[in-house]
Amino acid sequence: MSILLLIEQVLNGLQFGLMLFLMAAGLTLIFGVMGIINLAHGSLYMVGAFAAAGVAGATGSFALGLVAALAAAAMAGAIVEITVIRRLYTRDHLDQVLATFALILIFSEGTRWLFGSFPLFLDVPAALSGAVTLPGGIEYPLYRLAIIVIGLAVAAGLFWLIARTRIGIRIRAGESDREMIAALGVDISRLYTLVFALGAALAGFSGALVGAIQSVQVGMGEPVLILAFVVIVIGGIGSIRGAFVGAILVGLTDTLGRFLLPVLFGFVMDPSAATSVGSALASMLIYILMAAVLLFRPTGLYGRA
Amino acid sequence: MKFRTLLAAASVAALGVAAQAEGVKVGMITTLSGGGAGLGIDVRDGFLLAVKQSGRDDIEVVVEDDQRKPEIAVQLADKLIQSEKVDVMTGIIWSNLAMAVVPAATAQGKFYLSPNAGPSALAGRGCHENYFNVSWQNDAFNEAAGAWTSENGIGKVFLMAPNYPAGKDMIAGFKRFFKGEVTEEVYTKLGQQDYAAEIAQMRASDADLVYYFLPGGMGISFMKQYAGSGADKAVMGPAFSFDQGILGAIGEAALGVKNTAHWSKDLDVPGNAEFVASFQAEYGRLPSLYAAQGFDTGLLVASAASKADVGDADAFRAALKEADFQSVRGAFKFGANNHPIQNIYMREVVKEGDIVTNRVIGTAATDHTDAYVGDCKM
Repeated sequence: MSILLLIEQVLNGLQFGLMLFLMAAGLTLIFGVMGIINLAHGSLYMVGAFAAAGVAGATGSFALGLVAALAAAAMAGAIVEITVIRRLYTRDHLDQVLATFALILIFSEGTRWLFGSFPLFLDVPAALSGAVTLPGGIEYPLYRLAIIVIGLAVAAGLFWLIARTRIGIRIRAGESDREMIAALGVDISRLYTLVFALGAALAGFSGALVGAIQSVQVGMGEPVLILAFVVIVIGGIGSIRGAFVGAILVGLTDTLGRFLLPVLFGFVMDPSAATSVGSALASMLIYILMAAVLLFRPTGLYGRA
Repeated sequence: MKFRTLLAAASVAALGVAAQAEGVKVGMITTLSGGGAGLGIDVRDGFLLAVKQSGRDDIEVVVEDDQRKPEIAVQLADKLIQSEKVDVMTGIIWSNLAMAVVPAATAQGKFYLSPNAGPSALAGRGCHENYFNVSWQNDAFNEAAGAWTSENGIGKVFLMAPNYPAGKDMIAGFKRFFKGEVTEEVYTKLGQQDYAAEIAQMRASDADLVYYFLPGGMGISFMKQYAGSGADKAVMGPAFSFDQGILGAIGEAALGVKNTAHWSKDLDVPGNAEFVASFQAEYGRLPSLYAAQGFDTGLLVASAASKADVGDADAFRAALKEADFQSVRGAFKFGANNHPIQNIYMREVVKEGDIVTNRVIGTAATDHTDAYVGDCKM
């Protein structure tokens, strides 16, 4: 095992983490501001990927596909908020879970009905395909490098939006006291629709980006949704900064664990036992991380008590 | 059932002739919704096409959707057996669902014909006289691939599969016939979609060939990422990751990849070209391996129904065992454990016009039988 391979795996972990951040940011924002547990967040990710694949397939332009993904996911998010979620603010979390779980089924079968049962084709744009040689001689796929840059840019933009803009102030205010900001004359229901659409757009955007290197198929959102929940629980529910740190932690832990654990066990066991113990433990690693974080900080890394 | 048997017996006695074939009721439990629905839909469409082409209107098919969930498959099986009173069951795609349904169904005297999925437990000690596998035993494609790799002088391989029983079976199957050196053996999380870490290991490895089994979306994700990574090792796998329904989603990234299967749309055997043409005419898409298996299963039911009355279980079983139908894979017969003895071919992914598809480049194993037949006592 060379040091270059290790550096490459760290890059892979970062890239995976930034992708998770795009998912988790929307989820944590929606929970933090609106108090809604949105299980259908994975479906919005899927909507983004399918919109991108559909439009990119028809026009041949990946950029148009990305725009379509943002638009379609934001629109789907806004519609869902207005028709379903709005009725759930005063209900308890169990009702929200039930309703948003129903939305998963509706989105999945609806997508299947529209696009068919076979996975769709979405390829990396020609300008970003292939590998580049990084300083030190690491060959790294250009597209993954682009995802790292885009992920960092979106994170910076989101921090700026929340901390520096008027809408960000309202979002933070809505997070701390729903009744109060309504009394101050802020149109709370419009704000909620906006936040939900923003979260949905982020999910759709990440679905489209990932769709180019993964399988665009019905049900693609649910595994990511579980990881996104792990991320926001580690980071502290409702905190964007927590989602960022949590996502990077989960990305690095998962990637490096998959790679290093079988090697580490190889020092004390025979190869085949090391492989099976190592890979079994690697798939549990992020949940062990989550349990450890919760043990020492029950509200997550940046969560408020 | 008992009434029907009596009736059949009475009619035989009264007429004093060979059993008059009465209708066969087929219960099909397959995956029609959610992830993996493409496989079930292909099996169903292939099966129904065969029944339609047989011209028999006495084969009734009841189709149910298991949503890829074992508990739902079990409920549907109970319903089909108890209230629909089917004679023959088929359709299940996944090994874990088959394990939940098949032993119970055969124990209740139903016939089960597997159009996909061949877990080793049902081929060896758990074999049953009423269970017929019309597809393959899980290890078969991999055994053939292992043999082909050694015969073609490839010495070092990198193996990868998801960490679950079928994944380990497939890798064990490859190793059973492969004589070279396994440089790395990696088991990934089931459902994993990002393979950057594994691909980096492949690039660093000194293997000559990457052999992997990643069904469904996992394989699509892996192949797209592998093609974009700059890695240049040859890639091979069983046909599941390179079948028609999946190639459309991978695109040109899969070109040149070799894969093993018992069927291909260009396989030059009697009846295959007609099957491909009629499937395309009927459904407007190219048939997959799963469609071919569904079609053969339909042909098998029709052939057995024309030889024997399903009410006479022994005669119907014997008729099934004869496998007297023109398989679209060419020569096909059942071994002692009712699993196929058939050729396994090596295919290569090529581009024909705008379509990415497979063509046969050679035979990887001739009259291949499974490794578990010796454990089967029936």
